[in-house]
Amino acid sequence: MRFFQHFGEYLLFLKAVFTKPEKGKIFIKQIFTESNNIGVGSFAIISLISTFIGAVSTIQIGYQLVSGILPDYLIGRIVRDSNILEFAPTVTALVLAGKVGSNIASEIGTMKVTEQVDALEIMGINAANFTSLAKIVSGVITIPMLVLYAMMLSLVGGALSGWMSGIISVESFVKGLRTDFMGYNVVFALTKAYTFSFLITSVSAFQGFRTQGGALEVGESSTKAVVYSCMSIIFFDYIISQLMLFK
Amino acid sequence: MIVIENVNKTFGTKHVLKDISANLYKGKCNFIIGASGGGKSVLMKCMVGLVTPETGSITFDGRDFLKLNYKEKINVRKDIGMLFQNTALFDSLNVEENVAFPLRMFTDFTEEQIIERVNFCLGRVNLVNLNKLYPSNISGGQKKRVGIARAIALNPKYLFCDEPNSGLDPLTSRVIDELIKDITKEYNITTVINTHDMKSLFVMGENIVFIHQGAKWWEGEKAGIRSSGNKELLAFMEASEF
Repeated sequence: MRFFQHFGEYLLFLKAVFTKPEKGKIFIKQIFTESNNIGVGSFAIISLISTFIGAVSTIQIGYQLVSGILPDYLIGRIVRDSNILEFAPTVTALVLAGKVGSNIASEIGTMKVTEQVDALEIMGINAANFTSLAKIVSGVITIPMLVLYAMMLSLVGGALSGWMSGIISVESFVKGLRTDFMGYNVVFALTKAYTFSFLITSVSAFQGFRTQGGALEVGESSTKAVVYSCMSIIFFDYIISQLMLFK
Repeated sequence: MIVIENVNKTFGTKHVLKDISANLYKGKCNFIIGASGGGKSVLMKCMVGLVTPETGSITFDGRDFLKLNYKEKINVRKDIGMLFQNTALFDSLNVEENVAFPLRMFTDFTEEQIIERVNFCLGRVNLVNLNKLYPSNISGGQKKRVGIARAIALNPKYLFCDEPNSGLDPLTSRVIDELIKDITKEYNITTVINTHDMKSLFVMGENIVFIHQGAKWWEGEKAGIRSSGNKELLAFMEASEF
């Protein structure tokens, strides 16, 4: 019962968020600022994680395909598909749920408990729209870009680890990457990326916006933002996979 | 002028505001006083639209706020300035940006006009050379002044001050009191002050509304407090050691 109440509140929150911004010029400025915070600010961590995920997946797939019957380049092909289909969008989203989600929830939560949100409302500004819309739009713009970047870097990491550990040569790995490539997989990954980016930013903004109390509650909201974002990512990962891969 | 009529508000089973009616006059410092938990903050939140009462009306110069649609409410809100207990300054913006915020949101001023108005408002509250500092880098008294500067930036018709002296030393409190009083007279605005500070009340209070246990127990001019015969009000005054 409580779930439905919260879900209803979330929908009402989204209704308040998706209205025309009070001042277009300020909104555009907010988008640039937030895109910088969300996108550029997450560049380093995504670079590190995606490179190592690509590297580890190459080693593990190489370890499982040691029969000698299967050609080497299959390692590259499996690394490519597993990274494009799952690791890059989902792991990137889970990492960003932790980094960006907690940041959004604590920022809006702090504004709420220090009456800054009330100040906006009294001025006649739609506080839900002002505090959250730019964050959601920026997330939806930048997170899929980060996912594309993570895809590319994971393949580079995979090639490097295969070459350094002697599992597979770069030539064979690249051959594997180019074998039976399906553009649809990238479409699938981007569909997930857009969905996850909306979930991370909107769920976190909602958790921040419903904060009441003080510092302790801001921390709780931040934790809830990460947990609920991760849960919704995993749930929608399953739904999208089911809908798009087995039509 | 703000007219409050028969306002009732309940939270769950608790009746927080009980049929409150009061008049708050233009050009005067109207005080709402009462013990903590008595309902005065809720009453102020009802007036500024942060809480919606179940029944009653709150009329701003003939405009019944509770009956207005969303857009009409926004127009009334643009006439409202508010000084919060904890100032509620935007901590990601510096002093200048905080005061400029309502101007940027609601006017078509050029950047030069905005800065000119910001400097005028900051000068009016006796704050100079602090434009580029952030709220975390200024004192409590300075924050209150920035809050007042932001509240008057759009020339409001109504100024609401929630515990304007909380957390301030006595000297700074008097400075803030004088500032609010001067601004009220200078711009002929309806100022509503929610406070426990009896010294403030006797310095600048003109119209007093005493709220006790969610109900209005007394309303009148400060000169009438001593002779009011209202036990609760007199007990409240005595407890304030004034």
